[in-house]
Amino acid sequence: MTTLPVRPPATAPLLRRRSGRFVAGVAGGVADHLGVRVLWVRVAFALLAVVNGAGIAAYGLLWVFVRQEQADVAREVPRSERQQALGLAALGIAVAFAGSAAGSPVIGWVVGPLGVAAIGAAVVWREADESQRRKWTQGARRTSASTMVRVLSGALFVAVGIAVFLLANIEMGQLQFAVLAVVATLAGVAVITVPWWLRLMRDLGEERRERIVESERAEIAAHLHDSVLQTLALIQRQSDQPREVLRLARGQERELRTWLYGPTGYGRRSVADPALDSGFTDALTKAAAEVEDTYAKDVRPVVVGGDRPLDDGMRALLLASREALVNAAKHSGAEEISVYVEMEPAEINVFVRDRGIGFDPDAIPDDRHGLADSVHGRMERHGGSVRLRTGPGEGTEVHLRMPVDEKKQEEETA
Amino acid sequence: MSTPETSDQAPTTVFLVDDHGLFRSGVRAELERAVPDVTVVGEAGSVDEAVAAIRHLRPDVVLLDVHMPDGGGAEVLRRIRPELPDVVFLALSVSDAAEDVIAVIRAGARGYVTKTISGRELADAVRRVRSGDAVFSPRLAGFVLDVFSDRPGAAPHTDPELDMLTPRERDVLRLLARGYAYKEIAGELFISVKTVETHVSSVLRKTQMSNRYELSRWASDRRLV
Repeated sequence: MTTLPVRPPATAPLLRRRSGRFVAGVAGGVADHLGVRVLWVRVAFALLAVVNGAGIAAYGLLWVFVRQEQADVAREVPRSERQQALGLAALGIAVAFAGSAAGSPVIGWVVGPLGVAAIGAAVVWREADESQRRKWTQGARRTSASTMVRVLSGALFVAVGIAVFLLANIEMGQLQFAVLAVVATLAGVAVITVPWWLRLMRDLGEERRERIVESERAEIAAHLHDSVLQTLALIQRQSDQPREVLRLARGQERELRTWLYGPTGYGRRSVADPALDSGFTDALTKAAAEVEDTYAKDVRPVVVGGDRPLDDGMRALLLASREALVNAAKHSGAEEISVYVEMEPAEINVFVRDRGIGFDPDAIPDDRHGLADSVHGRMERHGGSVRLRTGPGEGTEVHLRMPVDEKKQEEETA
Repeated sequence: MSTPETSDQAPTTVFLVDDHGLFRSGVRAELERAVPDVTVVGEAGSVDEAVAAIRHLRPDVVLLDVHMPDGGGAEVLRRIRPELPDVVFLALSVSDAAEDVIAVIRAGARGYVTKTISGRELADAVRRVRSGDAVFSPRLAGFVLDVFSDRPGAAPHTDPELDMLTPRERDVLRLLARGYAYKEIAGELFISVKTVETHVSSVLRKTQMSNRYELSRWASDRRLV
């Protein structure tokens, strides 16, 4: 007996041997791949030949489909091994002939399924990567009581399958027994290999989960790159212009905040109501953002109550609020403007407040129509009202009140 | 701006908890530059570090970041508050999410301010929580008004004392949301600043204790109850 002279440390790919072969190098290649003695492979082929010459068929198929190894690796093959191989090959062929001559293809009914299962397992094994194989072999080595029970019951199934066929070949038709035997054998194989299949499925699930996490990460990275990194680059380039830096930082902050915490934001997976997507709150927040960007002031809207879709009255309220915001940003000199919106069932109140210089409402020149037309006129045309609170040095607060059109509201909800 | 009742006291000691070192040093510099009677005695960048250091240093006020790895500000509160009930916590966050704000208030913070607050305002807030009052940003006032509003379809309250705001508390919160300072609120409602403070503290207590449906839901979403 000789051991293989050449064997690479890692699992060798399945290649037919070029040197040291007897027929086509298939047995040697399989032995290299599995890391077993070539003798066992040859014995296996010979034994499989019993089953309708399956061993011979397998050898032929491997011969056809497996590539020959590239490098011309020199192997010394002793005489004794050559003779052994010759003997086994002859034995296999003889057994195959004997089997078919005896006219008992039924052996195939039992061993066939086993062969199929073995080939299936082999395919899985070949497809798995190195780490998975290690996990599997470790799992197989850990022999617990349950493992023992499993293997024993599986073996029992197989034995029953064969016994049923051998013993009770008297009354029932051959086909029925064959089917019974096949089912029992397959069940046995399935029981033995259950943990392998389970582990395989779990690995697949894990892989899918990892892929989802990975795509999520990519999405976040892309978003941060498009928004935050770009803004930071802009800020660095304009660092000598504090006003511009402030504007950029505020705009970016607002965008990121919306992305994270907004109604359709990243942090909220629930789908927002599409009717409210362009509701009053949303529109007012946008207006505040515009003013913030245009005048580089800090505008922080606070909203209480549920959002409502825009109607004519609310659109007027929105435009009036925007005008009040612009006035505060332009004329008050305050850095911060508070906006408070209260959505009540019967009316909506908007407060725009700054702590700026304030003004004397009576001293406003006639050519400045902002407050008079855009705010007062608009609100009054739609049944709303405006209250102004100001005075030189006291800051300004504009209170806009718009009653909700009850009939319309009911129609919409109906 | 200096308040007469705190000027004769020993300086208020402040501890900073935030996982961003840059932000910590910014706040420290701002506080130390803006107000001489507030001293930063230490800082921590993680929950464990913060718990150990607060136990050791026993500061008057802890400025607490809401968002941190390993549970954030709420976790610090949970671990240190039963042990040191005298230490006052003021939450500081960039987050505007109602859940975060309410969660940290429910865990025991005396107030909540956003990180864009100026150094002087922050110092005022620190002094205010130190003297036992609550600090509500306009946004927090808005959240609380929203939670306690009696919208059609809102859950019935089980404990009227805790589950409802009095009309006066509602007025005070509304003015807070409109951006009014305590003094301005007092002038507006013809009450004393002290009364305004009492109302705000009462609202804080209700926010922390009430079992109103929205509060419980937020809290349970964050696994606080």
